[in-house]
Amino acid sequence: MNYLEHQGRYKGIAGWIFSTDHKRIGILYLISIMTFFSVGVLIGVVMRLKMLWPGEHLYSAQAYNAFFTVHGVIQIFLFIIPGIPAVFGNFLLPLQIGAKDVAFPRLNLLSWWFYVAGALLALTALFSGNGPPDTGWSFYVPYSLRTNTNVTLAVFAAFILGFSSILTGLNFITTIHRMRCPGMGWFRMPLFTWSLYATAWIQILATPILGITLLLIMAERILNLGLFDPARGGDPLLYQHLFWIYSHPAVYIMILPAMGVISEVIPTFTRKNIYGYKAIAFSSLAIAFVGYLVWAHHMFTSGMSDFARALFSLLTFLVAIPSAVKTFNWIATMYKGSIKIEPPMLFAMTFIFLFAIGGLTGLLNGALATDINVHETYYVVGHFHYTMFGGTGVGLFAALLYWFPKMTGRMYNKRLIVTSWVLFFVGFNLLYFTMMVMGWLGMPRRYYSYLPQYHIYHVVATVGSWLLAGGIFLFLGTFLLALKKGAKADANPWGAATLEWKTPSPPPHENFDEIPTVTHGPYHYEGGHPA
Amino acid sequence: MSNAAVTTHEQQPDATGSKIGMWLFLFTELLLFGGMFLLYAVYRAKNAGDFHYASLNLDLVTGAINTVILLTSSLTMVLSIGMLERRDRKRSLYFLFATIVLGLVFLVNKYFEWSHKIHHGIYPGSIELTGRTSGENLFYALYFLMTGLHGLHVIAGLIVLGFMAKMVATPARQSVPVSALTPDARVGATTVLVEYAEHDTLDQRKLIRLENAGLYWHLVDVIWIFLFPLYYLIS
Repeated sequence: MNYLEHQGRYKGIAGWIFSTDHKRIGILYLISIMTFFSVGVLIGVVMRLKMLWPGEHLYSAQAYNAFFTVHGVIQIFLFIIPGIPAVFGNFLLPLQIGAKDVAFPRLNLLSWWFYVAGALLALTALFSGNGPPDTGWSFYVPYSLRTNTNVTLAVFAAFILGFSSILTGLNFITTIHRMRCPGMGWFRMPLFTWSLYATAWIQILATPILGITLLLIMAERILNLGLFDPARGGDPLLYQHLFWIYSHPAVYIMILPAMGVISEVIPTFTRKNIYGYKAIAFSSLAIAFVGYLVWAHHMFTSGMSDFARALFSLLTFLVAIPSAVKTFNWIATMYKGSIKIEPPMLFAMTFIFLFAIGGLTGLLNGALATDINVHETYYVVGHFHYTMFGGTGVGLFAALLYWFPKMTGRMYNKRLIVTSWVLFFVGFNLLYFTMMVMGWLGMPRRYYSYLPQYHIYHVVATVGSWLLAGGIFLFLGTFLLALKKGAKADANPWGAATLEWKTPSPPPHENFDEIPTVTHGPYHYEGGHPA
Repeated sequence: MSNAAVTTHEQQPDATGSKIGMWLFLFTELLLFGGMFLLYAVYRAKNAGDFHYASLNLDLVTGAINTVILLTSSLTMVLSIGMLERRDRKRSLYFLFATIVLGLVFLVNKYFEWSHKIHHGIYPGSIELTGRTSGENLFYALYFLMTGLHGLHVIAGLIVLGFMAKMVATPARQSVPVSALTPDARVGATTVLVEYAEHDTLDQRKLIRLENAGLYWHLVDVIWIFLFPLYYLIS
């Protein structure tokens, strides 16, 4: 009897929302996260629609401010940060290390409830008080303290979401330390598990700083402490430091699990052991460590000393090294492999392509001289979406394509996926590459209107956004269709070697009929077949 | 599921795992306060004279008494755990109550301290403070923020300890009558065996929980040990 049919303490919907089974919690996260992602995409489309023409039309400038804030808050706090760890980490971590569940199943369920509570509070913030927040997702002081919009509730929502993230991280670290099956040494763990391990540490070490930063905004707004008010001796720059001490490592919370996914997909579809297993595993830890020390590169134009700026610039360049190590190792894995381009592999290769563009354009932001030129322009928006959407978003899509048969026991329509990929890929590059170009030419971000010479770029980007959104919804629709009409998938449809494929699809309630014993590394192929 | 008694018997509580989880949680708490210590460090470096002057107005005696109270409560907490380890539930409970009482006394002292300040018009955004130097403003803003958040942690700790007291007070040996089991579980499970299994696992679990609650209480104590010198002893 698999986990979907298993009858627990409760029936029906209660059997899901009160289930402590990590697989069911993973599915709960999947549904909630994809719902918010779709909302975020729609808001993005509405924003782009306004940009078809300059001047005031469609909706007010205040509404535009609210849209870009809400788009950012939803996509970052509700989609991309929890994204891969909460959905696929939950579902797969115990399966990949041969455990029955995570270390603290009830805490795991609690973290989903925190997520839902935070999401509901965030929604309440949109539709109550003096309207949705209009500060941008970074809630910079002094504006976030002066605006009348519903900032207090929105930051409280993000605070609760931070709790959810911390509990997940804490759970994963303990699980990896304590619950690996016999024979599963540290260097026999799948690389996705390694990436979750590194991510979990950042979640634990960075998220509390966000927590206190958001609490400080609330305290300032309610109690009027004056900690960031220059008139009373406070320093607004300190807010930026506190904010980015979390929010820069947070981009590694977003990207590391996606890199883990790619490290799983590529060996499977090249029928080869991964090239440089330890280098990839350690580069995850290196990214987690160095990534903690680069936050002030968001503040090159905020007024720091030259010494501080040069130092943070240097550290920023250093963090590119472990990312490049991974990229080269993936390509080296494919070299002379027996490559089969199935949908997960297609998206994994798309990840490498888009992430390479995002990563390399990031170096321009890391360099002081060029950053001062492109700061606060569309260039940054384009770069950010290449790394976070082209990177993490595509990584999440690849994960969904790769593990969907395992999660549901069904296979999707591959032809539809390829169609959606074409729309997605063309739309993506039209939208975000054009953004980088117009940013380079001086178009500032977050502006409600623009000068006529940017018109053509905005039109191209907006058309791109339609293709992109069409691709995304076709992509998501394919999975809904597969739930109803998909062909049955067997235990190992891709011929993968890691443990989760050695149990039926969908897996039984306690994951394995018999706790497995591991005798070799995770990507062990003999003659093109998993050993 | 069909034989609940047997699965309970199998699941050994993972003491080390629970401790790891708790320590990780404590890290996050330290980092939460770390953000505020960072603010304190920067602002004190910029306004050393004002901080010194503002600190003169804090009541050193109450602060010192509160420090002694919290330190003592950590001792009673450890004793409570030690007693439970020796299966002496009664004494464990006494020490737990002592810890709770000390925590409450700390809060009462804090209440009088705060209301004294507020009575003199010293609270965030007050007219009195607005007339003073910006350094004093920052000092009191941070003072109320950090001791306030610490106070909330004390309250949270007391609630946890309350649950612990209830847990320790409940007898460990729960006799499960055979009639309460499902027919499947009844097969081969004598009453004696079931009782015995419950007895062992429950005690172990309680001890882990009490130890973790103790760790949290010590954290609250440790944070105060940093707050005390930074606010009361810098003049």
